[in-house]
Amino acid sequence: MFGYYLKLASRNLRRNPGLTALMIGAVALGIAVCVMTLTMYRALSGNPIWWKNDVLYAVTMDFWDPTEEYFDSKPGVPPWQLTYRDALAVFASDIPKRKVIMHKAVGTLSLEDRQARPERVTTRVTTTDFFGAFDVPFQYGGTWAPSADTGPEPVMVISRAMNEKYFGGRNSVGERIRWNDNEFRIVGVRDHWMPLPSFYDVNNGSLEEPEDVYIPFGWNAALEIYSAGNTQGWKAEEINSYRDFLNSENIWIQMWVELPDENARRRFQDFLDNYAQEQKQAGRYGRPLNNRLTPVDQWLVDNDVVGNDDRVLVGLAFAFLAVCLLNTVGLLLAKFLNGAAMTGVRRALGASRRQVFMQHLVEVGVVSSIGAALGLALGGLMLMGLRALYTVDPTDQGGTQALAQVDMTSVATALALAFVATIAAGLYPAWRIGRIPPATYLKAQ
Amino acid sequence: MLEMNGISKIYRTDLIETHALRNFSLKVGDGEFVAVTGPSGSGKTTFMNVAGLLESFDTGSYKLDGADVSRLSDEQRSRLRNEKIGFIFQSFNLIPDLDIYDNVDVPLRYRRLAAKDRDQRIKSALEVVGLSSRMHHMPSQLSGGQQQRAAIARALAGDPRFLLADEPTGNVDSLMARQVMDLLEQINEMGTTIIMVTHDPELARRAHRNVHIVDGQISDFRPYEPRAEIEAAAVAHGPAPMTMTPA
Ligand SMILES: Nc1ncnc2c1ncn2[C@@H]1O[C@H](COP(=O)(O)OP(=O)(O)OP(=O)(O)O)[C@@H](O)[C@H]1O
Ligand SMILES: [Mg+2]
Repeated sequence: MFGYYLKLASRNLRRNPGLTALMIGAVALGIAVCVMTLTMYRALSGNPIWWKNDVLYAVTMDFWDPTEEYFDSKPGVPPWQLTYRDALAVFASDIPKRKVIMHKAVGTLSLEDRQARPERVTTRVTTTDFFGAFDVPFQYGGTWAPSADTGPEPVMVISRAMNEKYFGGRNSVGERIRWNDNEFRIVGVRDHWMPLPSFYDVNNGSLEEPEDVYIPFGWNAALEIYSAGNTQGWKAEEINSYRDFLNSENIWIQMWVELPDENARRRFQDFLDNYAQEQKQAGRYGRPLNNRLTPVDQWLVDNDVVGNDDRVLVGLAFAFLAVCLLNTVGLLLAKFLNGAAMTGVRRALGASRRQVFMQHLVEVGVVSSIGAALGLALGGLMLMGLRALYTVDPTDQGGTQALAQVDMTSVATALALAFVATIAAGLYPAWRIGRIPPATYLKAQ
Repeated sequence: MLEMNGISKIYRTDLIETHALRNFSLKVGDGEFVAVTGPSGSGKTTFMNVAGLLESFDTGSYKLDGADVSRLSDEQRSRLRNEKIGFIFQSFNLIPDLDIYDNVDVPLRYRRLAAKDRDQRIKSALEVVGLSSRMHHMPSQLSGGQQQRAAIARALAGDPRFLLADEPTGNVDSLMARQVMDLLEQINEMGTTIIMVTHDPELARRAHRNVHIVDGQISDFRPYEPRAEIEAAAVAHGPAPMTMTPA
């Protein structure tokens, strides 16, 4: 009987190709949007550097206002940035295998000898270990020497995209380039890299792209660089100079360390606690000791990296699917009612209500299967488009792959859900048509 | 074969109640050929739909083939329709996307017959109505008379005991009408009970018996008469005389 229903369905659908296309299109669009958002959500809610989860830690200390919590909703979780002087003090420890202190800034990039237009670029002011700690790939060259961090030396790593723009993609290591009118020497070209969610600096949301250029941390003091992310303070302090700012209780520096084993972790924790204790004795700390080394997994949770926005997006996608399905229900109902006279004939010839219901449900099934298949393809295309927004080069080997490498579980979930939803949506029209007393439509002839 | 007693059928809409059948009683024997006549809106189609289990009724009782069919589930009614009853409609009601072969196949599918059995029945039914050479034509490629013959083949294919034809000749010309009538007589002679609604007195006269419905009730009942007498009666036939409804 199923085969018979299938044959009838294909005939019925071919009889009115415009309407059929409309229904399938609506289902496909709804499913595509769901597949895309779910995949994005999965990509964003994953740990982009899971292989380092037991060695890479965010360093946080609670220097915050003694009278108030930093996170209202999460009492006890320390602020996620440090003050400049605490960052520098902790950076002095040689326990970690790698240590990174950093912040995001904005600068103007230009070439002295050429007409290339000066361009505002996002800049990460950081330490040499940044690239090793986060497994950042290089196209040419590499990071700078540790001595360049504090020197500071005028060295710079630029992104592959910037290298393409300024040097046509050739190996530009050794070339000179100006940042805010200071001359730097290029030591490395960062390859495509897009960890999702962007976890190492949670200032700007989970889809934030990595910076265009990287310069040593020591340039802060020399060039009086301010953060392009959040700078937060709680204390009423008089700040009249950049010096004052560096010594203030303002927090704006992110810190990460790589601790190869449990022993190192414990020692570094002690180091942090000792440092904090000293500061307390010097009268600086008003809060109980709360120094944390947070692995990436926990970090993503603590900081709501996958924020409500992303969840709302998924919710919206499903709402959109619902709208598409409602449309399809309307079209199906119209289509089924349009064929009601012939359904009446079938009823007269012996089709039971259940058989009529099944026949129409199979038709719904055909629509939703084709819609789901098309939706999947369309979703894939949309993801490719999304990926293109983030990279110039389609041969990207970086983290945007997370977006394109359609995660099979999420696709299966979205598809199954959409398929079931479509069938469920088709239940009503199929049921409705079965309820019509057969004589009604025979008489209307 | 068919026994209706005191059947009433009321259509209710927001504004009015229509008594389409009132205290309607009729008995049709095995192998009979009954013609139903009556003015428009008198309840003929309603009677056919009730008889064909397409519609329920409000009061009264209905026995089909000896079994009470007043309180059956949809599944059971559908099954009876499929196995015992064949329908022929005024407007043929062939399914336009299916060719003649597939149209005749429809009732057989719902009976879940094996493919070979179906094929045999379809071919022999088309043979009976003389459409073997047209079985892969679409309905729109056939003339009205041919379409009605195809519809008759569809009604016949399931070997029903009981054929209900609601104005089967209403949409074909008089020559075709006579051909359709010939076919129905031939089917009746093979043992199928037939009830046919018609406006054509000439065709009605060819049935064994005429039932005249006025205003939802049988107003003129004549038992089986030899054809000559029917014709004689038909000549004298003026406005239908009011006689009693038979039990
Ligand atoms: N579904 C319905 N709802 C309301 N009233 C109906 C319905 N079907 C039929 N009727 C009414 O019931 C009465 C009998 O209708 P029916 O179709 O049985 O007449 P008929 O004898 O077949 O007429 P015709 O010769 O024109 O086909 C009419 O008054 C009609 O308006
Ligand atoms: Mg009628």
